[in-house]
Amino acid sequence: MPHISVRNLTVAYDGQAILSDVSMDIPDRQITAVVGPSGCGKTTFLRCMNRLIDMTNGARVTGQVLIDGEDILAPDADLISLRKKMGLLSQKPQALPMSIYDNVAYGPRLHGLRDRKQLDALVERYLRMSSIWEEVKDRLHTPASRLSVGQQQRLCLSRGLAVEPEVLLCDEPTASLDPVSAQRIEQRFTELKQDYSIVLVTHILRQARRLADYIVFFYMGELVEHGPADQLLNDPRDDRTKAYLSGTIS
Amino acid sequence: MRRRAVEEGFFRALMVLAVALVVVGLLLIMAIITAKGVGSLSWEMITQAPQGGYYLGKSGGVLNAILGSLALAVGATALASIFAFPVCLYLQQDYAGQSRLASFVRTSLDLLWGIPSIVYGAFGFTVLLYLGMRASLLGGMIALTLVELPIMARAMEEAVRMVSQDLKEASYAMGGTRWETMRKIVLRQALPGILTAVLLAFGRGIGDAASVLFTAGYTDSLPRTLLDPVASLPLAVFFQLGTPFPEVQGRAHASAFILLVIVLIISVVSRMMGAKVSKYSVR
Repeated sequence: MPHISVRNLTVAYDGQAILSDVSMDIPDRQITAVVGPSGCGKTTFLRCMNRLIDMTNGARVTGQVLIDGEDILAPDADLISLRKKMGLLSQKPQALPMSIYDNVAYGPRLHGLRDRKQLDALVERYLRMSSIWEEVKDRLHTPASRLSVGQQQRLCLSRGLAVEPEVLLCDEPTASLDPVSAQRIEQRFTELKQDYSIVLVTHILRQARRLADYIVFFYMGELVEHGPADQLLNDPRDDRTKAYLSGTIS
Repeated sequence: MRRRAVEEGFFRALMVLAVALVVVGLLLIMAIITAKGVGSLSWEMITQAPQGGYYLGKSGGVLNAILGSLALAVGATALASIFAFPVCLYLQQDYAGQSRLASFVRTSLDLLWGIPSIVYGAFGFTVLLYLGMRASLLGGMIALTLVELPIMARAMEEAVRMVSQDLKEASYAMGGTRWETMRKIVLRQALPGILTAVLLAFGRGIGDAASVLFTAGYTDSLPRTLLDPVASLPLAVFFQLGTPFPEVQGRAHASAFILLVIVLIISVVSRMMGAKVSKYSVR
């Protein structure tokens, strides 16, 4: 299990700071919820951890994100192994333009797995893990785009898990889902935290209350407060956190 | 209120009129060519090369030009694809992004698009002379490639640019490299658009007369090697129309009809292929 430490992380787009001087450690094998109002830098924070921030034009990143002591923001960091380690579940499910089977097999194939039997077993295992196997087992070779949005999000979870990451980065993963699908995804998270560290960006405070072991609160690009969920929810120290929790700012 | 209703009606009428003009224009072209050409169309036209005295009204056909045009356009389209695909990928945000180089390349392609094809013909001819070659299938292909390249690259770029950044990031997030993402995700998702781009370029290429005039030459014999001159349908139309004999002019229209049918067939086939390959596309 890798340990993630963030040191003095600052991100600016075209000179305007989105994150300023963030330092904290992400607890292992827990669900860490990153909360805060829209535009507070939650997603940017997440995108630094798998370096997808690189894809954003004009973003300037300084500071360090250390994974087991290794700075992944270093220019010579190995992005392929980093991203293999950090699974991503994005806000809108992005089914790849291929069959359900190929969606799950996509990552393992990228990383060199060719054996058909192993792939079959792996596809089944991870589709089961995100509890969608029963719904799709008879149509594994049909286009993934024909699934409902809720099913697609669980497929994306299977696909992310199939790469065998160690950390799951989730960017408002239930935001575009119906309540039942959202609940299913949440259930998976509570099981998955036995084996994975989960960083969950959410703007739904109730979701953070339900799931989080640890909460990080951002406001206007600043890390205001972070701590165990109980403590932060029941006894916040900063006035801004209090205001956010009481719904005065959102 | 009344003024707004009139305005609404006026612009709607304008749109309908414009659409009607386009459709009527297309139908008119097809109707006239069919009417004037079908009478001269015969099995002989498409199975034989011109015989002696063909341009005076004697027997023969334009098989030389049909095969020549197909060879020229297929070759040029293949060559253009080899260059257009990497160019359009390079212009994506993932590679060149919004760099000045990328916008320079885009502007260059737009400029190249606007260059009249006779200029490419003249340019190609100069190059041929410099290399000590004569007008040939290869020369014509290269000139046509230059004509097709900007159209294809720009149309492909539009298709590839439509692939959402989020979809590409899904692949990157699993450790995919840019090339893997381009090949496995972007290519698949954009394939219908890419096919359309190839078709667009092919249509332009097979119908172009000016660029092959000097570079491919013209001959009554069937194409044999890359280094021999070849005939082409647009030039066949041009030469036959230029004769004073009505029966030869009729064959010019028949040749134009053949050209039209070829483009139509390619278009229908590629559309069917497009529907097949887009089965997995995500919307």
